[in-house]
Amino acid sequence: MNAEVRPIVPLASSSVGALAAMKGVFSRDMKVAFRQRQDLLNPLLFFIMVVTLFPLGVSPEASFLREAGAGILWVAALLSVLLSLDHLFRHDFDDGTLEQLVLQPQPLFLLILAKTMAHWMLTGLPLVILTPVLGVMVHLDGNSIAVLCLTLLIGTPVLSLIGAIGAALTLGLRSAGVLLSLLIIPLYIPVLIFGTGTVAAAVEGASVGAYLALMGAFLVLALTLAPFAAAAALRISLSNG
Amino acid sequence: MRSAHRPDYGALMSEPLLQAVNLQCERDKRILFRELSFSILPGTVTRVEGPNGSGKTTLLRMLAGLNDAWTGELNWCGSPIANQREVFLRNMLYLGHRPGIKPLLTPMENLRALMAGRRPVSDAVLSQALQGTGLAGFEGVPCRNLSAGQQRRVALARLLIADEPLWLLDEVFTAIDADGVVALETLLQQRAAEGGAVLVTTHHDLALPGMQRLTLGAGGVTDER
Amino acid sequence: MWQFFHKLGSPKWFFGISTRFMPWLLMSGILLLMAGVVWGLAFAPKDYLQGNSYRIIFIHVPTAFMAQSVYIMMASAALVTLVWRMKLADVFVKAVTPVGLVLTFLALFTGAVWGKPTWGTWWIWDARLTSMLILLFLYGGVIALDRAINDEKSAARAVAVLVLVGVVNIPIIKYSVEWWNTLHQPATFKLTEKPSMPAEMWVPLLLSVLGLYLIFGWLACIRMQTEILSREQRTRWVKEFVMKGKV
Repeated sequence: MNAEVRPIVPLASSSVGALAAMKGVFSRDMKVAFRQRQDLLNPLLFFIMVVTLFPLGVSPEASFLREAGAGILWVAALLSVLLSLDHLFRHDFDDGTLEQLVLQPQPLFLLILAKTMAHWMLTGLPLVILTPVLGVMVHLDGNSIAVLCLTLLIGTPVLSLIGAIGAALTLGLRSAGVLLSLLIIPLYIPVLIFGTGTVAAAVEGASVGAYLALMGAFLVLALTLAPFAAAAALRISLSNG
Repeated sequence: MRSAHRPDYGALMSEPLLQAVNLQCERDKRILFRELSFSILPGTVTRVEGPNGSGKTTLLRMLAGLNDAWTGELNWCGSPIANQREVFLRNMLYLGHRPGIKPLLTPMENLRALMAGRRPVSDAVLSQALQGTGLAGFEGVPCRNLSAGQQRRVALARLLIADEPLWLLDEVFTAIDADGVVALETLLQQRAAEGGAVLVTTHHDLALPGMQRLTLGAGGVTDER
Repeated sequence: MWQFFHKLGSPKWFFGISTRFMPWLLMSGILLLMAGVVWGLAFAPKDYLQGNSYRIIFIHVPTAFMAQSVYIMMASAALVTLVWRMKLADVFVKAVTPVGLVLTFLALFTGAVWGKPTWGTWWIWDARLTSMLILLFLYGGVIALDRAINDEKSAARAVAVLVLVGVVNIPIIKYSVEWWNTLHQPATFKLTEKPSMPAEMWVPLLLSVLGLYLIFGWLACIRMQTEILSREQRTRWVKEFVMKGKV
């Protein structure tokens, strides 16, 4: 059982930088996700189905759909991100990789940021890509669809980042899924309001630059604060396990 | 503050790597242990003993920094761990009940991902380590198709390439066959001879020459402050 | 300083000291609240636009104000929990969350009652009412998380993280809800924010806010005492307290 010579003297500092470690975390999450492609499709199918419910449940009138379309798509996107959040840490928690992640010498919030980025690439980004098709189905015009895609592009990472806090807090609890929604939905409200409000402003022909900048500010705020909160929450949840 | 990096090997051998003073741990209003003090010297294997529920796993998780519901002092090379968390994590390897292996990834990918946060290791070294734990030929098979013992061995392959001076191993002998047990015992002994320090909990009848024992009580002491 | 902090964090010390001033809190709170409410409901002048129905603000405003400041107080305690691990801060958060929830509910209820004569409907998506509704969700989330985690210490710390995340979001939520409201329907009546409120109106309002603060203080103390007794039931001082009836 000999492999190579290993030093025993205590090592002074980290030999793997934070960036390299983040890359490692990110690529593992991507690799795992692509081994189980059905899990990637599920939130997308859910997104499409929720959008379908509105013409069926409320009205297929073009005028209604045009007016409510952006809101419908935003709510549907929000719900499908919410649905996918339960997986963010759960599998890692169950198989022990999460413990190893916390014990890596790099700052935990950066590693969580890497995980959240992978989560967004696998759920939020596909939703944005799918949005034009659904936008046409709810009779939105080209300009509105473009603005809607832009708001989702800025808004879905915020959903993933805030969601990471909820996922970390509810890790290992019995009814984690429902609880996660209860904790996170109130925090999603500002993003939803500005996401749909921006599209509404665009429909009225107003300039949307300021609103998009404000959403960008949300994203910056979430990027800087959420990983810290999620890291703290994760330590607490693991300490409990 | 003393430097954690010490090229003076002789001096190091006599000083404890890890030192615990007056540890007390409470869980669900029950005190698992109190006034627990010990030192872990380089070049030793220490078996943490005690009946079920005495807090063996909790102690290892505490030492690793996963559990923080405790009071007392924990020092690494003479100064508190809390002040040098990163240095400590760089120097400590923890293997828990849950081995940290992704069922969807192959042993090779798993090992590569686990080492990605530790230090750069070439693929040749990784596959050598997998061979060393008897996983030759399984490098490309997803871990969910391997047996429990084989999955365990993937995690143990890390021990063959680990450079961390302190190992905290929780129930590492679980699901390992007789040959594997012998190989692992040899590895631990060899590690101690090289100067590493190992803390291990196991239900397996481990008795290495020169092994130290750290015995935890039956637990269940009520709080009588 | 540290010793003082340590003492402040000791549940036993708190138990002793709070028992002494609790009756005063309750008495002065009831007096002030009664004075404010009676003055407001019976003697303050009629509003020239809304008539007598505006008088519900003497209950609505204090509860809404308290509901928000309880959350801020919880956030301060949560910070103490995370930074200094003070036991008493955990106890405070756990004890006052349901109180905050009830206050928020009362504020919503009185808002709805006021809405009926003013707008002719029980509920209107007014910016303030909507913000209060979201605050109710936040309180609900905190209670749900606390109940879901078995281990007391982990629950306290997880709740602390959630409360802090919530408090960062409260101004953002308020701001966005107000923006959303102007976007959809500029409300003609606002429950508060009267351009110029005569002293006959705001003095009783101030009295009832102060009174409610004191009563909240009393309620927080008594709930904290109950929580402390259940947490420390195995310690010697609690056993002695139960036997002799004093600390």
